[in-house]
Amino acid sequence: MLTDDERSEIEATLHHYPHRHSAAAGAMRIVQRHRGWVSDEALADIGAFLGVSVDELDSRATFANMVFRRPVGRHVILICDSDCCYVMGYEEMRDHIAARLGVGLGGTTPDGRFTFLPIVCLAQCDHAPAMVIDTDFHGDLTPERIDEILERYD
Amino acid sequence: MTDEPARIGDPDELPLTGAFRVDGSALDLADYEAAGGYQALRAALRDMAPGDVTEAVSDAGLRGRGGAGYATGRKWSFVPMGDDAPPVKYVVCNGDEMEPGSFKDRYLIQGNPHLLIEGMALACYAIGASTGYIFVRDQYDVPHALLARALEEAHVAGYLGEHVLGSRFSLEINLHVSIGRYMCGEASGMLNALQSDRANPRWRPPHMASAGLWSRPTVINNVESLCCVPGIVRLGPERWRALGLTDEGGTRICGVSGRARHTGAWEFPVGTPLREMIEGRAGGMRDGYTLRAVLPGGASTPLIPAGDLDIPMDFDHMKKAGYGLGTATALLVDDSVCPVGLCLNLLRFFAQESCGWCTPCWAGLPWAVGVVNDIEEGRGRPEHLDLLAEQMWFMGEEMCFCDLAPSATKALGTALTIFRDEFESHIADGRCSYRARGSATGAGAAGAAPNGAGPHEGDSPAQPPAPPTPPTPPAPPRRPGGLPGLAPERGR
Repeated sequence: MLTDDERSEIEATLHHYPHRHSAAAGAMRIVQRHRGWVSDEALADIGAFLGVSVDELDSRATFANMVFRRPVGRHVILICDSDCCYVMGYEEMRDHIAARLGVGLGGTTPDGRFTFLPIVCLAQCDHAPAMVIDTDFHGDLTPERIDEILERYD
Repeated sequence: MTDEPARIGDPDELPLTGAFRVDGSALDLADYEAAGGYQALRAALRDMAPGDVTEAVSDAGLRGRGGAGYATGRKWSFVPMGDDAPPVKYVVCNGDEMEPGSFKDRYLIQGNPHLLIEGMALACYAIGASTGYIFVRDQYDVPHALLARALEEAHVAGYLGEHVLGSRFSLEINLHVSIGRYMCGEASGMLNALQSDRANPRWRPPHMASAGLWSRPTVINNVESLCCVPGIVRLGPERWRALGLTDEGGTRICGVSGRARHTGAWEFPVGTPLREMIEGRAGGMRDGYTLRAVLPGGASTPLIPAGDLDIPMDFDHMKKAGYGLGTATALLVDDSVCPVGLCLNLLRFFAQESCGWCTPCWAGLPWAVGVVNDIEEGRGRPEHLDLLAEQMWFMGEEMCFCDLAPSATKALGTALTIFRDEFESHIADGRCSYRARGSATGAGAAGAAPNGAGPHEGDSPAQPPAPPTPPTPPAPPRRPGGLPGLAPERGR
């Protein structure tokens, strides 16, 4: 079941679009913001609420890279793996984070604190290598800076 | 005015960024108005017919800043106008900015969100649209929040809503946040994404100017293109055009990333050569590094060798020289970077982001990744270089619905010429000398797994099975060695 908050937040976006089903992408974002991810049940609830079939919705969800269809940790680390960050040595940062967390890309730490994912260019190229944790940008990464940054998230 | 903030320049000379605050924080409405903000919209509604605005943009010579460089005024002129025109039309602002190496739209929105709103309002007035959408990517929480606040301010001040500034023109602008994927930045893919459909590209015709968003006439412009419009209207097309160094005219945001002393984005006259940006604004290379090549405007542009930096940076000069301008945010490739590894990184990006629609793209890109990966990891064979050239033909222009695969061949194609010796030495030595040296860039366990592109031979064994989020494009064909059999006839 969608919560009252989720329902009213989705309803508030309906007037942006001429068709109810076009609010689906935003609805998935809203549910994900509340629950961290979008479960099969949540997808079915959104589909029923907006008049979109679940398969159709899932095809949109799985085409996108920012709809989490599996549970994620309390914080999501997105490390940029595009060209500028490659040039500036992101591979070392990726390996450092993986070693520190004990999980590789795609993994969630056993304590549920972090999920570690790659992301396309974050448009922080002048501060490469860069990453985003939740909604916070972190650039000019070094292993030492990463250690200090990760401490801020519990 | 005593409390007016320090600005970085004169808005008459730097129409995009002149009004920016020196401290980098976003302008609010009062700030923007104090710098001449919304004067263009006011003047247009008072003195200009919609067609006059389109004509001004055409006369100014504005070309799309998203990378393709299509003439903006011409694009607008295709929209049906007059009493017989469809009553509902749309302007969509492309703020997806997922092109690797591009960071100019974020800079513009974070500096002055009202400039984009005024540009949108002028575009909507010009084509007779009463609804606009600003499409921003998922990670742009700060630009999104700034735009949301600016839209509210503009509403209260009467620049949006019913009867803008007391005129007959009404306008609503909505913000739409992407759920992610590079294809959402392709114009027709963006319309599908806005409709909450899969962001596959659309076949044209019908062109979007006649049947775009929800099948209504639609214009899609990049953030920077729209941000140019208030300056064009305020200064007049002749004066705006004269700001440039070449016939194309105007100003644009150019950026420098990589191992320069000072990386960043700045507004330059159109036609400023790369050398001035790199050696002037960016202060040259950091000590100990030598520039070898430049990727001048995102992942979709050809590499420029370091000896060829004096070409005026506009669409025509770059094209005539055999390069491309793209988004004009330049990545510097220095001598610590393995060119083969860089090509592999770019190809993996495109392979991962293919929407799976066209065969040359979904099949060709993973094959190219496989071949370049073999070369990078020391399993390359001399015939692989011809094979790559053949694959690039297979993925070239007009083979696909959209430009994703053709774009992917640009940097690789030029790298095979500029860095031919590097590819050959990888093959002859059976290894990557950069990795062997352990340089910061070439080092690391192995190539990163592109999200969702499936496992590659070089993936770290520590990698857990499948990431939870990323999409699952068609699995790349598993190839033990070189690519057998694929021999499309050479068409040119």
